[in-house]
Amino acid sequence: MAANPMSQFDVYRIGPEIKVGALDISFTNASLFMILSTVSIMLIFNLGSKKNSILPNKIQLLAELSYTFVSKMISDTAGSKAKPYFAFIFSLFMFVLFCNMFGMIPYTFTVTSHIIVTFVLAAFIFIGVTVIGFIKHGFGYLKLFVPSGVPAVLLPLIVVIEIISYLSRPISLSVRLFANMMAGHTMMKVFGGFVISLGIVGGWLPLSFSVALTGLEILVAFLQAYVFAILTCIYLNDALNLHH
Amino acid sequence: MVKKIYFQSIFFSVFFIREAFAAESGGMPQLNPEFWVSQIFWLILTFGIMYLVLSKIILPRISNNLESRKSQILENIEAAEKQREDSDEKLKEYDEIISKSKLEANSIFNQAREKALKEIGAKKEVLDNQIDNEIAEAEKEIDTLRKNAPDKINKIAIETSSELLQKLIGTEVNNSSISAIVDDLSKRNGDKYYGN
Repeated sequence: MAANPMSQFDVYRIGPEIKVGALDISFTNASLFMILSTVSIMLIFNLGSKKNSILPNKIQLLAELSYTFVSKMISDTAGSKAKPYFAFIFSLFMFVLFCNMFGMIPYTFTVTSHIIVTFVLAAFIFIGVTVIGFIKHGFGYLKLFVPSGVPAVLLPLIVVIEIISYLSRPISLSVRLFANMMAGHTMMKVFGGFVISLGIVGGWLPLSFSVALTGLEILVAFLQAYVFAILTCIYLNDALNLHH
Repeated sequence: MVKKIYFQSIFFSVFFIREAFAAESGGMPQLNPEFWVSQIFWLILTFGIMYLVLSKIILPRISNNLESRKSQILENIEAAEKQREDSDEKLKEYDEIISKSKLEANSIFNQAREKALKEIGAKKEVLDNQIDNEIAEAEKEIDTLRKNAPDKINKIAIETSSELLQKLIGTEVNNSSISAIVDDLSKRNGDKYYGN
Protein backbone atom coordinates (compact mmCIF):
# COMPACT_ATOMS: atom_id res chain seq x y z
CA MET A 1 0.00 0.00 0.00
CA ALA A 2 2.86 2.33 0.77
CA ALA A 3 4.43 2.08 -2.65
CA ASN A 4 2.32 4.81 -4.17
CA PRO A 5 3.29 8.20 -2.73
CA MET A 6 -0.24 9.42 -3.32
CA SER A 7 -1.89 6.61 -1.40
CA GLN A 8 -1.24 8.47 1.87
CA PHE A 9 -3.93 10.92 0.77
CA ASP A 10 -6.56 8.24 0.31
CA VAL A 11 -9.70 8.77 2.29
CA TYR A 12 -11.39 5.62 3.50
CA ARG A 13 -14.41 4.84 5.57
CA ILE A 14 -14.00 3.85 9.19
CA GLY A 15 -17.02 1.96 10.41
CA PRO A 16 -20.36 1.77 8.64
CA GLU A 17 -21.60 3.92 5.84
CA ILE A 18 -23.75 6.80 7.09
CA LYS A 19 -26.15 8.36 4.63
CA VAL A 20 -28.42 11.35 5.06
CA GLY A 21 -30.67 11.31 2.06
CA ALA A 22 -28.40 11.05 -0.91
CA LEU A 23 -25.42 12.49 1.00
CA ASP A 24 -22.69 10.20 2.27
CA ILE A 25 -21.40 11.56 5.60
CA SER A 26 -19.56 8.43 6.70
CA PHE A 27 -16.91 8.62 9.36
CA THR A 28 -13.54 8.50 7.58
CA ASN A 29 -9.88 8.78 8.49
CA ALA A 30 -10.16 12.49 7.59
CA SER A 31 -12.95 12.88 10.15
CA LEU A 32 -10.86 11.02 12.69
CA PHE A 33 -7.95 13.44 12.33
CA MET A 34 -10.23 16.48 12.36
CA ILE A 35 -11.63 15.23 15.65
CA LEU A 36 -8.16 14.47 16.98
CA SER A 37 -6.92 17.95 16.08
CA THR A 38 -9.89 19.83 17.49
CA VAL A 39 -10.04 17.72 20.64
CA SER A 40 -6.34 18.21 21.32
CA ILE A 41 -6.70 21.96 20.75
CA MET A 42 -9.60 22.10 23.19
CA LEU A 43 -7.76 19.93 25.73
CA ILE A 44 -4.52 21.90 25.59
CA PHE A 45 -6.19 25.29 25.80
CA ASN A 46 -8.59 24.11 28.46
CA LEU A 47 -5.66 22.91 30.58
CA GLY A 48 -3.79 26.13 29.78
CA SER A 49 -6.59 28.37 31.00
CA LYS A 50 -7.95 26.42 33.94
CA LYS A 51 -5.69 27.69 36.66
CA ASN A 52 -4.96 31.39 36.82
CA SER A 53 -1.63 31.63 38.53
CA ILE A 54 0.55 34.71 38.47
CA LEU A 55 3.53 32.57 37.53
CA PRO A 56 2.15 30.41 34.71
CA ASN A 57 3.16 26.78 34.33
CA LYS A 58 4.31 25.43 30.96
CA ILE A 59 0.93 24.66 29.48
CA GLN A 60 -0.56 27.94 30.69
CA LEU A 61 2.39 29.78 29.20
CA LEU A 62 1.83 27.96 25.91
CA ALA A 63 -1.83 28.95 25.82
CA GLU A 64 -1.10 32.55 26.76
CA LEU A 65 1.75 32.89 24.28
CA SER A 66 -0.48 31.54 21.50
CA TYR A 67 -3.21 33.96 22.54
CA THR A 68 -0.91 36.99 22.50
CA PHE A 69 0.75 35.81 19.28
CA VAL A 70 -2.55 35.64 17.40
CA SER A 71 -3.97 38.77 18.97
CA LYS A 72 -0.82 40.70 18.04
CA MET A 73 -0.99 39.33 14.50
CA ILE A 74 -4.58 40.50 14.16
CA SER A 75 -4.04 43.94 15.66
CA ASP A 76 -0.93 44.46 13.50
CA THR A 77 -2.62 43.57 10.22
CA ALA A 78 -6.30 44.40 10.67
CA GLY A 79 -6.31 46.93 13.49
CA SER A 80 -8.54 47.12 16.55
CA LYS A 81 -11.77 46.80 14.56
CA ALA A 82 -11.00 43.13 13.94
CA LYS A 83 -11.35 42.26 17.62
CA PRO A 84 -14.77 40.56 17.27
CA TYR A 85 -13.25 38.13 14.76
CA PHE A 86 -10.37 37.19 17.04
CA ALA A 87 -11.93 33.91 18.16
CA PHE A 88 -12.55 32.81 14.58
CA ILE A 89 -9.03 33.61 13.40
CA PHE A 90 -7.55 31.98 16.49
CA SER A 91 -9.57 28.81 15.86
CA LEU A 92 -8.64 28.88 12.20
CA PHE A 93 -4.94 29.26 12.90
CA MET A 94 -4.96 26.55 15.56
CA PHE A 95 -7.03 24.18 13.41
CA VAL A 96 -4.75 24.50 10.39
CA LEU A 97 -1.62 24.33 12.56
CA PHE A 98 -2.74 21.22 14.42
CA CYS A 99 -3.92 19.46 11.26
CA ASN A 100 -0.59 20.23 9.60
CA MET A 101 1.38 19.10 12.63
CA PHE A 102 -0.63 15.91 13.06
CA GLY A 103 0.19 15.17 9.44
CA MET A 104 3.88 15.24 10.29
CA ILE A 105 3.55 12.15 12.49
CA PRO A 106 4.29 9.04 10.39
CA TYR A 107 1.28 6.97 9.26
CA THR A 108 -1.14 9.78 9.97
CA PHE A 109 -3.49 11.53 7.61
CA THR A 110 -3.11 15.23 6.77
CA VAL A 111 -6.53 16.85 6.76
CA THR A 112 -5.24 20.05 5.13
CA SER A 113 -3.73 18.19 2.19
CA HIS A 114 -7.23 17.90 0.73
CA ILE A 115 -8.37 20.69 -1.54
CA ILE A 116 -11.97 20.30 -0.47
CA VAL A 117 -11.15 21.02 3.17
CA THR A 118 -8.98 24.05 2.46
CA PHE A 119 -11.44 25.28 -0.15
CA VAL A 120 -14.36 25.14 2.28
CA LEU A 121 -12.36 27.12 4.80
CA ALA A 122 -11.22 29.64 2.17
CA ALA A 123 -14.70 29.96 0.67
CA PHE A 124 -16.19 30.54 4.09
CA ILE A 125 -13.59 33.25 4.74
CA PHE A 126 -14.20 34.80 1.32
CA ILE A 127 -17.96 34.91 1.72
CA GLY A 128 -17.71 36.10 5.30
CA VAL A 129 -15.30 38.89 4.44
CA THR A 130 -17.43 40.01 1.49
CA VAL A 131 -20.56 40.06 3.64
CA ILE A 132 -18.74 42.04 6.37
CA GLY A 133 -17.48 44.49 3.74
CA PHE A 134 -20.95 45.11 2.34
CA ILE A 135 -22.48 45.43 5.82
CA LYS A 136 -19.84 47.95 6.93
CA HIS A 137 -19.59 50.04 3.77
CA GLY A 138 -22.70 49.24 1.74
CA PHE A 139 -22.13 49.63 -1.96
CA GLY A 140 -19.11 51.75 -1.07
CA TYR A 141 -17.30 48.45 -0.63
CA LEU A 142 -17.12 48.27 -4.43
CA LYS A 143 -14.60 51.14 -4.21
CA LEU A 144 -12.15 48.36 -3.27
CA PHE A 145 -11.92 47.63 -6.99
CA VAL A 146 -11.14 51.24 -7.89
CA PRO A 147 -7.70 52.14 -6.54
CA SER A 148 -7.10 55.85 -6.05
CA GLY A 149 -4.47 57.68 -8.08
CA VAL A 150 -4.86 55.58 -11.21
CA PRO A 151 -5.08 57.42 -14.56
CA ALA A 152 -8.56 57.31 -16.08
CA VAL A 153 -7.31 55.57 -19.21
CA LEU A 154 -6.04 52.60 -17.24
CA LEU A 155 -9.04 52.44 -14.93
CA PRO A 156 -11.13 49.86 -16.86
CA LEU A 157 -8.19 47.50 -17.05
CA ILE A 158 -7.27 47.99 -13.38
CA VAL A 159 -10.83 47.40 -12.25
CA VAL A 160 -11.01 44.15 -14.19
CA ILE A 161 -7.68 43.02 -12.74
CA GLU A 162 -8.81 43.94 -9.22
CA ILE A 163 -12.05 42.04 -9.59
CA ILE A 164 -10.25 38.97 -10.89
CA SER A 165 -7.70 39.12 -8.08
CA TYR A 166 -10.48 39.51 -5.52
CA LEU A 167 -12.43 36.57 -6.91
CA SER A 168 -9.34 34.39 -7.06
CA ARG A 169 -8.68 34.90 -3.35
CA PRO A 170 -10.43 31.74 -2.15
CA ILE A 171 -8.72 29.71 -4.83
CA SER A 172 -5.25 31.04 -4.11
CA LEU A 173 -5.78 30.74 -0.37
CA SER A 174 -6.97 27.14 -0.55
CA VAL A 175 -4.59 25.94 -3.23
CA ARG A 176 -1.59 27.43 -1.43
CA LEU A 177 -2.21 25.42 1.72
CA PHE A 178 -3.34 22.24 -0.01
CA ALA A 179 -0.48 22.23 -2.55
CA ASN A 180 2.17 22.92 0.06
CA MET A 181 0.94 20.10 2.25
CA MET A 182 0.50 17.65 -0.58
CA ALA A 183 3.85 18.42 -2.21
CA GLY A 184 5.77 18.15 1.03
CA HIS A 185 4.20 14.87 2.06
CA THR A 186 4.56 13.41 -1.42
CA MET A 187 8.22 14.33 -1.51
CA MET A 188 8.87 12.77 1.88
CA LYS A 189 7.16 9.61 0.73
CA VAL A 190 9.18 9.57 -2.48
CA PHE A 191 12.45 9.93 -0.63
CA GLY A 192 11.33 7.26 1.77
CA GLY A 193 10.74 5.01 -1.24
CA PHE A 194 14.23 5.78 -2.49
CA VAL A 195 15.67 4.66 0.82
CA ILE A 196 13.96 1.28 0.41
CA SER A 197 14.84 0.84 -3.25
CA LEU A 198 18.51 1.86 -2.87
CA GLY A 199 18.94 -0.38 0.14
CA ILE A 200 21.67 -0.38 2.79
CA VAL A 201 24.37 0.81 0.36
CA GLY A 202 22.87 3.84 -1.35
CA GLY A 203 19.95 4.53 0.93
CA TRP A 204 21.80 6.83 3.28
CA LEU A 205 21.70 9.85 1.02
CA PRO A 206 17.90 9.91 0.52
CA LEU A 207 17.54 9.05 4.22
CA SER A 208 19.54 12.12 5.26
CA PHE A 209 17.56 14.15 2.77
CA SER A 210 14.38 12.79 4.27
CA VAL A 211 15.49 13.80 7.76
CA ALA A 212 16.26 17.32 6.55
CA LEU A 213 12.93 17.44 4.74
CA THR A 214 11.09 16.51 7.92
CA GLY A 215 12.51 19.59 9.60
CA LEU A 216 11.63 21.72 6.62
CA GLU A 217 8.12 20.29 6.52
CA ILE A 218 7.56 21.11 10.18
CA LEU A 219 8.58 24.67 9.38
CA VAL A 220 6.26 24.69 6.35
CA ALA A 221 3.44 23.30 8.48
CA PHE A 222 3.76 26.21 10.87
CA LEU A 223 4.39 28.76 8.14
CA GLN A 224 1.37 27.74 6.07
CA ALA A 225 -0.90 27.96 9.09
CA TYR A 226 0.53 31.40 9.80
CA VAL A 227 0.15 32.48 6.16
CA PHE A 228 -3.42 31.20 6.07
CA ALA A 229 -4.30 33.16 9.21
CA ILE A 230 -2.47 36.32 8.22
CA LEU A 231 -4.05 36.38 4.75
CA THR A 232 -7.43 36.05 6.42
CA CYS A 233 -6.49 39.05 8.55
CA ILE A 234 -5.47 41.01 5.46
CA TYR A 235 -8.75 40.23 3.69
CA LEU A 236 -10.60 41.19 6.85
CA ASN A 237 -8.61 44.42 6.96
CA ASP A 238 -9.75 45.24 3.41
CA ALA A 239 -13.33 44.72 4.47
CA LEU A 240 -13.08 46.65 7.75
CA ASN A 241 -10.85 49.56 6.78
CA LEU A 242 -11.39 50.46 3.15
CA HIS A 243 -8.16 52.14 2.13
CA HIS A 244 -8.17 52.14 -1.61
CA MET B 1 18.75 28.42 -1.93
CA VAL B 2 16.79 26.03 0.26
CA LYS B 3 13.63 27.16 -1.44
CA LYS B 4 15.12 26.54 -4.86
CA ILE B 5 16.17 23.01 -3.96
CA TYR B 6 12.78 22.45 -2.41
CA PHE B 7 10.83 23.48 -5.47
CA GLN B 8 13.17 21.63 -7.80
CA SER B 9 12.70 18.46 -5.86
CA ILE B 10 8.93 18.95 -5.85
CA PHE B 11 9.10 19.30 -9.61
CA PHE B 12 11.21 16.19 -9.99
CA SER B 13 9.14 14.20 -7.57
CA VAL B 14 5.99 15.02 -9.49
CA PHE B 15 7.81 13.98 -12.64
CA PHE B 16 8.87 10.77 -10.94
CA ILE B 17 5.37 10.04 -9.75
CA ARG B 18 4.00 10.43 -13.24
CA GLU B 19 6.68 8.14 -14.63
CA ALA B 20 6.30 5.44 -12.05
CA PHE B 21 2.66 5.39 -11.09
CA ALA B 22 0.80 6.88 -13.99
CA ALA B 23 -0.41 3.49 -14.95
CA GLU B 24 -1.67 2.19 -11.63
CA SER B 25 -3.15 5.22 -9.82
CA GLY B 26 -6.26 7.05 -10.76
CA GLY B 27 -4.67 10.49 -10.21
CA MET B 28 -4.82 12.47 -7.00
CA PRO B 29 -7.15 11.11 -4.32
CA GLN B 30 -7.96 14.74 -3.49
CA LEU B 31 -9.88 15.10 -6.74
CA ASN B 32 -12.01 12.04 -6.08
CA PRO B 33 -15.38 13.48 -5.00
CA GLU B 34 -16.52 10.31 -3.25
CA PHE B 35 -15.90 11.63 0.28
CA TRP B 36 -16.18 15.37 -0.35
CA VAL B 37 -19.55 15.68 1.32
CA SER B 38 -18.36 13.66 4.29
CA GLN B 39 -15.25 15.81 4.64
CA ILE B 40 -17.28 19.05 4.43
CA PHE B 41 -19.76 17.72 6.97
CA TRP B 42 -17.10 16.65 9.47
CA LEU B 43 -15.08 19.82 8.91
CA ILE B 44 -18.08 22.02 9.70
CA LEU B 45 -19.02 19.87 12.68
CA THR B 46 -15.59 19.66 14.30
CA PHE B 47 -14.50 23.19 13.46
CA GLY B 48 -17.87 24.55 14.59
CA ILE B 49 -17.72 22.78 17.93
CA MET B 50 -14.12 23.84 18.44
CA TYR B 51 -14.95 27.44 17.52
CA LEU B 52 -17.87 27.51 19.96
CA VAL B 53 -15.84 26.01 22.79
CA LEU B 54 -12.89 28.30 22.18
CA SER B 55 -14.88 31.50 21.73
CA LYS B 56 -17.40 30.93 24.51
CA ILE B 57 -15.32 29.25 27.20
CA ILE B 58 -11.60 29.09 26.68
CA LEU B 59 -10.54 32.36 25.04
CA PRO B 60 -12.47 34.59 27.48
CA ARG B 61 -10.81 32.66 30.30
CA ILE B 62 -7.33 33.21 28.85
CA SER B 63 -8.00 36.89 28.25
CA ASN B 64 -9.36 37.16 31.78
CA ASN B 65 -6.23 35.49 33.14
CA LEU B 66 -3.98 37.82 31.19
CA GLU B 67 -6.00 40.85 32.23
CA SER B 68 -6.01 39.91 35.90
CA ARG B 69 -2.29 39.24 35.85
CA LYS B 70 -1.65 42.59 34.21
CA SER B 71 -3.81 44.44 36.73
CA GLN B 72 -2.25 42.56 39.63
CA ILE B 73 1.24 43.40 38.43
CA LEU B 74 0.26 47.04 38.02
CA GLU B 75 -1.28 47.04 41.48
CA ASN B 76 1.84 45.53 42.96
CA ILE B 77 4.01 48.09 41.22
CA GLU B 78 1.79 50.86 42.52
CA ALA B 79 1.91 49.49 46.04
CA ALA B 80 5.69 49.19 45.84
CA GLU B 81 5.95 52.76 44.63
CA LYS B 82 3.75 53.94 47.45
CA GLN B 83 5.79 52.09 50.02
CA ARG B 84 8.95 53.55 48.59
CA GLU B 85 7.50 57.04 48.89
CA ASP B 86 6.44 56.31 52.45
CA SER B 87 9.87 55.05 53.36
CA ASP B 88 11.46 58.08 51.71
CA GLU B 89 9.26 60.33 53.80
CA LYS B 90 10.09 58.41 56.94
CA LEU B 91 13.76 58.62 56.14
CA LYS B 92 13.44 62.37 55.75
CA GLU B 93 11.63 62.64 59.07
CA TYR B 94 14.27 60.53 60.72
CA ASP B 95 17.04 62.70 59.29
CA GLU B 96 15.27 65.78 60.53
CA ILE B 97 14.91 64.34 63.99
CA ILE B 98 18.57 63.41 64.07
CA SER B 99 19.74 66.85 62.97
CA LYS B 100 17.36 68.51 65.40
CA SER B 101 18.55 66.42 68.31
CA LYS B 102 22.13 67.05 67.31
CA LEU B 103 21.53 70.78 67.49
CA GLU B 104 19.78 70.39 70.81
CA ALA B 105 22.59 68.32 72.22
CA ASN B 106 25.06 70.92 71.05
CA SER B 107 23.18 73.73 72.73
CA ILE B 108 22.77 71.74 75.93
CA PHE B 109 26.46 71.01 75.95
CA ASN B 110 27.30 74.65 75.38
CA GLN B 111 24.99 75.77 78.16
CA ALA B 112 26.41 73.25 80.54
CA ARG B 113 29.91 74.33 79.66
CA GLU B 114 29.12 78.00 80.20
CA LYS B 115 27.45 77.26 83.50
CA ALA B 116 30.35 75.18 84.66
CA LEU B 117 32.80 77.84 83.55
CA LYS B 118 30.82 80.50 85.40
CA GLU B 119 30.73 78.46 88.58
CA ILE B 120 34.39 77.73 88.35
CA GLY B 121 35.10 81.42 87.84
CA ALA B 122 32.98 82.41 90.80
CA LYS B 123 34.54 79.84 93.08
CA LYS B 124 37.96 80.86 91.91
CA GLU B 125 37.24 84.48 92.72
CA VAL B 126 36.03 83.61 96.19
CA LEU B 127 39.06 81.48 96.79
CA ASP B 128 41.34 84.17 95.42
CA ASN B 129 39.77 86.70 97.72
CA GLN B 130 40.14 84.40 100.70
CA ILE B 131 43.73 83.69 99.80
CA ASP B 132 44.43 87.38 99.38
CA ASN B 133 42.88 88.11 102.75
CA GLU B 134 44.85 85.39 104.44
CA ILE B 135 48.02 86.55 102.79
CA ALA B 136 47.31 90.12 103.89
CA GLU B 137 46.64 88.98 107.45
CA ALA B 138 49.75 86.88 107.47
CA GLU B 139 51.75 89.80 106.19
CA LYS B 140 50.29 92.02 108.89
CA GLU B 141 51.17 89.49 111.53
CA ILE B 142 54.66 89.17 110.15
CA ASP B 143 54.93 92.94 110.13
CA THR B 144 53.88 93.29 113.74
CA LEU B 145 56.15 90.42 114.70
CA ARG B 146 59.00 92.11 112.90
CA LYS B 147 58.23 95.44 114.49
CA ASN B 148 58.18 93.92 117.97
CA ALA B 149 61.23 91.77 117.41
CA PRO B 150 64.00 94.42 118.12
CA ASP B 151 62.36 95.53 121.40
CA LYS B 152 62.07 91.98 122.62
CA ILE B 153 65.61 91.18 121.58
CA ASN B 154 66.81 94.35 123.35
CA LYS B 155 64.96 93.41 126.46
CA ILE B 156 66.36 89.88 126.36
CA ALA B 157 69.80 91.26 125.70
CA ILE B 158 69.53 93.69 128.68
CA GLU B 159 68.25 91.00 131.03
CA THR B 160 70.82 88.48 129.87
CA SER B 161 73.67 90.94 130.11
CA SER B 162 72.59 92.14 133.62
CA GLU B 163 72.42 88.56 134.87
CA LEU B 164 75.70 87.80 133.17
CA LEU B 165 77.33 90.80 134.83
CA GLN B 166 75.89 89.86 138.21
CA LYS B 167 77.28 86.35 137.96
CA LEU B 168 80.63 87.56 136.68
CA ILE B 169 81.16 90.52 138.87
CA GLY B 170 78.79 89.73 141.69
CA THR B 171 77.37 93.21 141.85
CA GLU B 172 74.13 94.63 140.86
CA VAL B 173 74.50 96.77 137.78
CA ASN B 174 72.12 99.50 136.98
CA ASN B 175 69.72 98.31 134.40
CA SER B 176 69.29 101.68 132.82
CA SER B 177 72.96 102.00 131.89
CA ILE B 178 72.88 98.54 130.28
CA SER B 179 69.80 99.38 128.31
CA ALA B 180 71.43 102.50 127.03
CA ILE B 181 74.40 100.48 125.78
CA VAL B 182 72.15 97.82 124.19
CA ASP B 183 70.07 100.50 122.50
CA ASP B 184 73.10 102.08 121.15
CA LEU B 185 74.43 98.74 119.85
CA SER B 186 71.16 97.71 118.34
CA LYS B 187 70.80 101.01 116.61
CA ARG B 188 74.21 100.67 115.15
CA ASN B 189 73.91 97.02 114.12
CA GLY B 190 70.14 96.87 113.56
CA ASP B 191 70.54 97.35 109.88
CA LYS B 192 72.89 94.40 109.73
CA TYR B 193 70.49 91.95 111.51
CA TYR B 194 67.15 92.86 110.24
CA GLY B 195 67.99 93.85 106.74
CA ASN B 196 65.98 97.05 106.86
